[in-house]
Amino acid sequence: MSRLMNWIDKRLPVSNSLKLHVTQYPAPKNFNFWYLMGSLALVVLVNQIVTGIWLTMNYDTSATGAFASIEYIMRDVEYGWLLRYMHSTGASFFFIVVYLHMFRGLMYGSYQKPRELLWVFGMLIFLVLMAEAFMGYMLPWGQMSFWGAQVIISLFGAIPYVGDALTTWIRGDYVISGATLNRFFALHVIALPLVLVILVFLHIIALHEVGSNNPDGVDTKKPKGTVPDEEKAPFEFHERYTNKYDIVDSVPFHPYYTVKDIVGLAGFLILFALVLFFEPTMGGQFLESPNFEAADPMRTPEHIAPVWYFTPFYAILAAVPNAVLGVVMMFLAIVVLFLVPWLDRSTVRSVRYRSGFHKANLALLVVSFVILGFVGALPPTEFWTVVGRIFTFTYFAFFVLLFIYSKNEKTKPVPERVTK
Amino acid sequence: MSNAPVDKGRRRFLTVATSVVGGAGAVAAAVPFIASWNPSARARIAGAPVEMKIDKIEPGQLVRSEWRGSPVWVIRRTPAMVEQLNLTDDRVRDPNSDQPQQPEYAKNQHRSIDPEWFVAVGICTHLGCSPQFLPRNFTNMDGIESGFFCPCHGSRFDIAGRVFQGVPAPTNLVVPPHYFVDESTILIGVDEGAA
Repeated sequence: MSRLMNWIDKRLPVSNSLKLHVTQYPAPKNFNFWYLMGSLALVVLVNQIVTGIWLTMNYDTSATGAFASIEYIMRDVEYGWLLRYMHSTGASFFFIVVYLHMFRGLMYGSYQKPRELLWVFGMLIFLVLMAEAFMGYMLPWGQMSFWGAQVIISLFGAIPYVGDALTTWIRGDYVISGATLNRFFALHVIALPLVLVILVFLHIIALHEVGSNNPDGVDTKKPKGTVPDEEKAPFEFHERYTNKYDIVDSVPFHPYYTVKDIVGLAGFLILFALVLFFEPTMGGQFLESPNFEAADPMRTPEHIAPVWYFTPFYAILAAVPNAVLGVVMMFLAIVVLFLVPWLDRSTVRSVRYRSGFHKANLALLVVSFVILGFVGALPPTEFWTVVGRIFTFTYFAFFVLLFIYSKNEKTKPVPERVTK
Repeated sequence: MSNAPVDKGRRRFLTVATSVVGGAGAVAAAVPFIASWNPSARARIAGAPVEMKIDKIEPGQLVRSEWRGSPVWVIRRTPAMVEQLNLTDDRVRDPNSDQPQQPEYAKNQHRSIDPEWFVAVGICTHLGCSPQFLPRNFTNMDGIESGFFCPCHGSRFDIAGRVFQGVPAPTNLVVPPHYFVDESTILIGVDEGAA
């Protein structure tokens, strides 16, 4: 065995990479619940890829056959119902863990120097994930697939001058048709997953280059030669890390965090299975009821709302009275997230040591986002439009305020080392 | 093998020239990939403009055609019908057609090129049903005799396809691009000079 490994290692750095990224990767020892989300997202990604591949084996990409093939998968293919519900439930859980993962980053300042690029890769993953989910939602070719796509593609029609030509180009037809379905299928099953996997790879490599942040937001990699031997973490870490730094308060990723993540995964899978087996549509939130009806280009459903994970952004779109400006604001709501590393000018990372004002501001963002999520799912009445406007304003206010106060924020003293 | 010094100017020229030619090649190679997303020949034919003979249409008559999968109406309005538009002006939501539901040349009271001829996509702007054409007995309002009534949710449009106030439909009926090829022929689906 070791002779075989030797032979391989001379030709491919397997052992070294495992040490570098798994068994001798130093991770701060004070990770809490929030640090489970990254590995959970990876598990869900694998679930989506595997179940997705199996779904394509029975899916028909034509406009005449798509809806029927989904029913065929649900009723006639052995365990087809399970594979499909694993995929659709996985989509919603993907967004749950990704939103929690993003909130973790905001809470503990994981985007701050030197982790800006790590954050940007994460945001790119989020962006591609949204495109992936949108295109995937069209494939069952139900009423909500069709009309949801109609509404979203029409957004591009708001762009002056080129809007109409652009929407025709995206659809490949003058209306949403089989041409649109086929290209969305191609993008959903190969192009975007490929991009997604590459981005995830870059995200992890960037993470391991700068090292993980932690709930205290203090560095666990101290300059070389500043820490006496007895205070260094009592583990063997890869020389890539120890050559440059003295490592404190850290444990090797494996076995310490692999075991912790498995416990987290067990809890996650309980919740996942509850939804999967007992409430796969989640009361019309994960799979909307109009989508159990085949797409009918001649008849719009009474009320069109996107799936829950898009509703906050949809509410921003609907809150702006001007069509073009609404589209701009919706995209801006995502663009500002990319800019957070540069909007936050504080050098204190964790919310634990930042001002009460920052805590309140972060709470404002969460409240705004959740309420916008509710508003975006409701039919647009006058009252809810006003509510949507108020919280669109407060959503953007978070970023503006952050930029203003973070320069001279009154923070608490940050400890030298991570706390218990 | 010669040990002549590196000619940096020549090297730079070769680098730039290779990059420019290679870049142009990459751009050219992208063309088919981008263009293949445009509607195919089959989709274009299915969406091609529709020609319609109009010399046999009687005053007050509606004739249906199909364009891009939707019913299209051509109506020869009587002078009395056109006259009714003055009465509906203050009962409709968008009397001046400010919403972009029609080409520029149909942005007027009668929403057409010629007051006599009205062309519209016969799809209710609410939920896509096809409204009925009622040349008579449209309302019990004084003088408003003709218009369109959608049986699905009760939306009403006047004889220029302008939506009445207080009905579910949000906007006026869509007027497709069209023009008169000659006295007796109308081409629906394309602006004059664009074909």
